[in-house]
Amino acid sequence: MYRIASYLHLSANMNSGIDLQGTFIESLKDLGLSPGLAKLVWMPLPMLLMLIGATVGVLVAVWLERKISAAAQQRIGPEYAGPLGVLQPVVDGIKLVFKEDIIPAKSDAWLFTLGPVLVVIPVFLSYLIVPFGQHLAITDVNVGIFLWIALSSIAPIGLLMSGYASNNKYSLLGGLRAAAQSISYEIPLALAVLAIVMMSNSLSTIDIVEQQSGYGILGWNIWRQPVGFVIFWIAALAECERLPFDLPEAEEELVAGYQTEYAGMKFALFYLGSYVNLILSALVFSVLYLGGWESPIPMDRLAGWIGVSENTPWLQVITATIGITMTLFKAYFLVFTAILLRWTVPRVRIDQLLNLGWKFLLPVSLVNLLLTAALKLTFPIAFGG
Amino acid sequence: MNIAEGVQIVSFGILGTTMLAAALGVVLLSNIVYSAFLLGGVFVSMAGIYLLLNADFVAAAQILIYVGAINVLILFAIMLVNKQEDFSAVPKRWIRNGATAIVCFGLFALLGTMVLITPWSIAPATAVAVQDTVVEIGKHFFSDYLLPFELASVLLLMAMVGAIILARRDFIPEQLGVQQTALTLPEQPRESSAGSIASDEMPSS
Repeated sequence: MYRIASYLHLSANMNSGIDLQGTFIESLKDLGLSPGLAKLVWMPLPMLLMLIGATVGVLVAVWLERKISAAAQQRIGPEYAGPLGVLQPVVDGIKLVFKEDIIPAKSDAWLFTLGPVLVVIPVFLSYLIVPFGQHLAITDVNVGIFLWIALSSIAPIGLLMSGYASNNKYSLLGGLRAAAQSISYEIPLALAVLAIVMMSNSLSTIDIVEQQSGYGILGWNIWRQPVGFVIFWIAALAECERLPFDLPEAEEELVAGYQTEYAGMKFALFYLGSYVNLILSALVFSVLYLGGWESPIPMDRLAGWIGVSENTPWLQVITATIGITMTLFKAYFLVFTAILLRWTVPRVRIDQLLNLGWKFLLPVSLVNLLLTAALKLTFPIAFGG
Repeated sequence: MNIAEGVQIVSFGILGTTMLAAALGVVLLSNIVYSAFLLGGVFVSMAGIYLLLNADFVAAAQILIYVGAINVLILFAIMLVNKQEDFSAVPKRWIRNGATAIVCFGLFALLGTMVLITPWSIAPATAVAVQDTVVEIGKHFFSDYLLPFELASVLLLMAMVGAIILARRDFIPEQLGVQQTALTLPEQPRESSAGSIASDEMPSS
């Protein structure tokens, strides 16, 4: 363990130029607030920023999905709402907000309302662990990536709840399918993550990225885990219920699965949750396998060659900007591949889905884990001794 | 009292109240589906209390295993068994309820006195919180807690073998003529490898 856990929230190093948190608290103290109160004012700001960021990310993803789907089908897609139709997702959202909120007469009103909430909250909570730079994370949780896996396991309860409360056969079947799918694919997902964790000796997402840094694109985990990243991406798509695996809401079979009876804002929560989950999976993928905020060319080495100190303020601003851009670029590239997959691969059947999960992905991911352990013991330099 | 302590006390109060209320709901509500969902609430608030005790790994594991796996499986079992059964009112039901209440209260009193009597060796306030909980837990698993750890894994292996045997019905000797009606799925009898009708056991019960 070369790094002792640090508690620097959204701020630069202690010995360095820019310290957002410190500067903000100091300026509040100058206004006459007590130190405790100043800290209290600061605390919700990064969280709020993350919420807004996640929501804007969803708007971008929805626009991309509409445009790319249109291009895949030789249509134009949204065109009139804003330039190139960029405001179309906002229009969709406003429409859903103002639609009548219907609760079916024979449904269970409490569970019906609670279901979508339980689906959305864990997904937003998981943004806690996504780092956008060395010191650009909400918090450096010790159990980082494990927290993401644990939180994503709450969602099936919300889906089962909404499926049951709707008092509709299709909803119940959709909810049960969603839960079965989620449980089945969580195991290969966790095993693929475990192989990465084994190589980086830590569950913290920041440590995982740091372990990949230094050699630019050559140091990324994707070269060390060629099987693991395929397993992870398949399992992540299944967890997000993206198209090859969107059985819980398969239109031809189940109307809309657990969403059948939902309208207005409650439906919007499901919609929002699914896209936030997709972006989150893409972000986690880029953190685990694509070097997170690292750019393909190692920036700190470049700075070393020019002869600029690491703590120069303008260099830190540039590094932070490149870090955020890189993370988002990688994540949206993965979202793009997910959308292309949607229009390329046909939907699997439920038995094919479960067979793929239990009989193929599970053994392969176990072998991958054992192989990683063996390689780590044999080549400790390349596989993080 | 600074902000951190205040937040801790308030969240402990909220978590404790939620946990007790949800646990009472699990026992007292007559709708079994509500009980199952409330059980999830109990597990989540327990994870919150672990988090307050600086046991972050245990809290995450609690959510992953108890909420994500066990509670979902319980809900699955409840929702797949769609037999609508009317419970006929049992005469003299209050005797049963009273006996249950007395036994439960006795257990509660026993545990309560045990908690109060035991001289807990509380660590001094200066004790440093463990930074890397996962590493510490791992060290304990492979040194002084090795036997319980291995025993638990053997137990899980046995459960897995049992589940596989229940799922592969051709292993179970035939029980023709025994018709179970309660708590079984109205499904078609499956052809086993020998071509005979396998028993009507439900794998997930």
